Amino acid sequence: MTKQQANWSPYDNNGGSCVAIAGADYCVVAADTRMSTGYSILTRDYSKICQLADKCVMASSGFQADVKALQKVLASRHLIYQHQHNKQMSCPAMGQLLSNTLYYKRFFPYYSFNVLGGLDNEGKGCVFTYDAVGSYERVGYSSQGSGSTLIMPFLDNQLKSPSPLLLPAQDAVTPLSESEAVDLVKTVFASATERDIYTGDKVEIVIINADGIHRDFMDVRKD
Amino acid sequence: MSIFEYNGSALVAMVGKNCFAIASDRRLGVQLQTIATDFQKIYKIHDRLFIGLSGLATDAQTLYQRLVFRHKLYQLREERDMKPETFASLVSAILYEKRFGPYFCQPVIAGLGAEDKPFICTTDSIGAKELAKDFVVAGTASESLYGACESMFKPDMEPEELFETISQALLSSVDRDCLSGWGGHVYVVTPTEVKESILKGRMD
Amino acid sequence: MSKSAVDIPPKGGFSFDLCRRNDMLAKKGVNPPTYRKTGTTIVGLVFQDGVILGADTRATAGPIVCDKNCEKIHYMAPNIYCCGAGTAADTEAVTDMVSSQLQLHRYHTGRESRVVTALTLLKKHLFNYQGHVQAALVLGGVDVTGPHLHTIYPHGSTDTLPYATMGSGSLAAMAVFESKYKEGLTRDEGVKLVTEAICSGIFNDLGSGSNVDVCVITKGHKEYLRNHQLPNPRTYVSSKGYSFSKKIEVLSTKITPLKEKVEVTEGGDAMEE
Repeated sequence: MTKQQANWSPYDNNGGSCVAIAGADYCVVAADTRMSTGYSILTRDYSKICQLADKCVMASSGFQADVKALQKVLASRHLIYQHQHNKQMSCPAMGQLLSNTLYYKRFFPYYSFNVLGGLDNEGKGCVFTYDAVGSYERVGYSSQGSGSTLIMPFLDNQLKSPSPLLLPAQDAVTPLSESEAVDLVKTVFASATERDIYTGDKVEIVIINADGIHRDFMDVRKD
Repeated sequence: MSIFEYNGSALVAMVGKNCFAIASDRRLGVQLQTIATDFQKIYKIHDRLFIGLSGLATDAQTLYQRLVFRHKLYQLREERDMKPETFASLVSAILYEKRFGPYFCQPVIAGLGAEDKPFICTTDSIGAKELAKDFVVAGTASESLYGACESMFKPDMEPEELFETISQALLSSVDRDCLSGWGGHVYVVTPTEVKESILKGRMD
Repeated sequence: MSKSAVDIPPKGGFSFDLCRRNDMLAKKGVNPPTYRKTGTTIVGLVFQDGVILGADTRATAGPIVCDKNCEKIHYMAPNIYCCGAGTAADTEAVTDMVSSQLQLHRYHTGRESRVVTALTLLKKHLFNYQGHVQAALVLGGVDVTGPHLHTIYPHGSTDTLPYATMGSGSLAAMAVFESKYKEGLTRDEGVKLVTEAICSGIFNDLGSGSNVDVCVITKGHKEYLRNHQLPNPRTYVSSKGYSFSKKIEVLSTKITPLKEKVEVTEGGDAMEE
């Protein structure tokens, strides 16, 4: 009898790409809605974007079972926070909480690649980008997931952040208007879908600004 | 580690209106250590035909020598230059000959064919030809290049715009790749002239 | 001195002189390279007066699409075509080799090639290489003995079928054939069914995508419908376009003017005998 358990892995990769762009008074978070494994599509309509607080959403690709578990942990931690402080968690606070939650499982990580987008306490757009074990950074824009290597160079080209070494420290938010940012997100997803087999079907675009949260969809290639 | 990532490279070719451009980065490394910052990856076969060779540099240079040799034999026998299509078939045949012990090298071929029609093509390391109408990429930064070119490319660009587009695509892609960079080397070929430019890029 | 000092063009066949070096590299922990694959859905069916072949047009390298519109229906003979799945270089090379053998055979015999001849040549080559030449093929054609459809596996085994599918999308396409195929389809019904089977592969299998190619072969006639259907156009192009905020810094430029190509005019009395 051959050993079978050695070949079994607790992880899978369900693919998908996420993008977030922060502006002066808005934040755009987008992800495609395809969930796949191997060469098969599991569903064409799976939201990778989860609202964590009033002005804070998280988009995650990777292993969606781990993502679901992570979202549940964050939701319960946020509920306790609300009971204790009688207010919604701010986006930077949620960013720190997400980092801690990921690092807590340093040696059996959540296989999830997250971007967190929202508005900070001054109403300015903010984006936090993570690795699977909780290393994080506040940036002006970011991309994660299977199509991130395709998306990132074009975002760099269009939105290049000032160097963090510059003094005085420069603002990381992008100079684009909200509609221009949405347009850019649509372009990068259309491009990523052309070349990445795990990205496609639909793009869910969430826009967070002073008016609240607005959700939009765009169809992309389904092959 | 894959052997294709040993030296690091980025190659891209694009088609414009009656012209084409081919560009590469300038780094030669041994894994993460940079050895040279002015390394030639694009070679001239004849006035209107260029080949870029990505992958393991030793194989790239050997392959280039064999290709030049075969092209010279062709010139002696036929008293004319090779058409890009013919040259692409030659490259493919030479690579497929070593199907079970390949050169670790992915070529990008670009040339002006009959009636100044631009031709671009790439093959994998065992000679599977891929002809494209818009752009082809190769090297360690290929994924980044796919994304950048897919967003930036427009059909029927004039030489000046083509130069700007291919340079922007190349530089923004190599900045996201650890194994390629240190500026770029761009050839823009029109029916009347060849413009060769060295680009300034990040030096890290 | 038969192995001369100069590198003479080889006569053909594979060369194994880099194998030892590459094995040495592999032992030192270098991963073997990945080749361009055609993930692929390819199909074929027999209809009332011939054979129809179909294929998608995506070529992949891992999770990346490297060719959005490649040709997977290869020419074998004027009355025989062949769809290829597997390693792109192998399907291309094996079909090219056999098609030239068929051409020589036709010069020799002065007769139309038969599908079984192509089948035998293909399977012989593939069996010789024990599955290392990774080509999975759907071969179809009409010859003097009627329409034929075959599948050929990488190890050299073959099947003779009224309808066949291959590649990573074979199950998706076969699902369509199993539910809708019947004997004696008309040309239009056949093309529609093949298109539907390919589309099922395109949309449900991630290794297949882009467009539908179809080839209809009947007695003494063929129709290659390249990009018969284009179900996947680019979805979004920004209306405003984009601009590059940072200009490229050029260190040096060298311009070489090209000589006008010398046109040799044929005929005339330029040369006296």
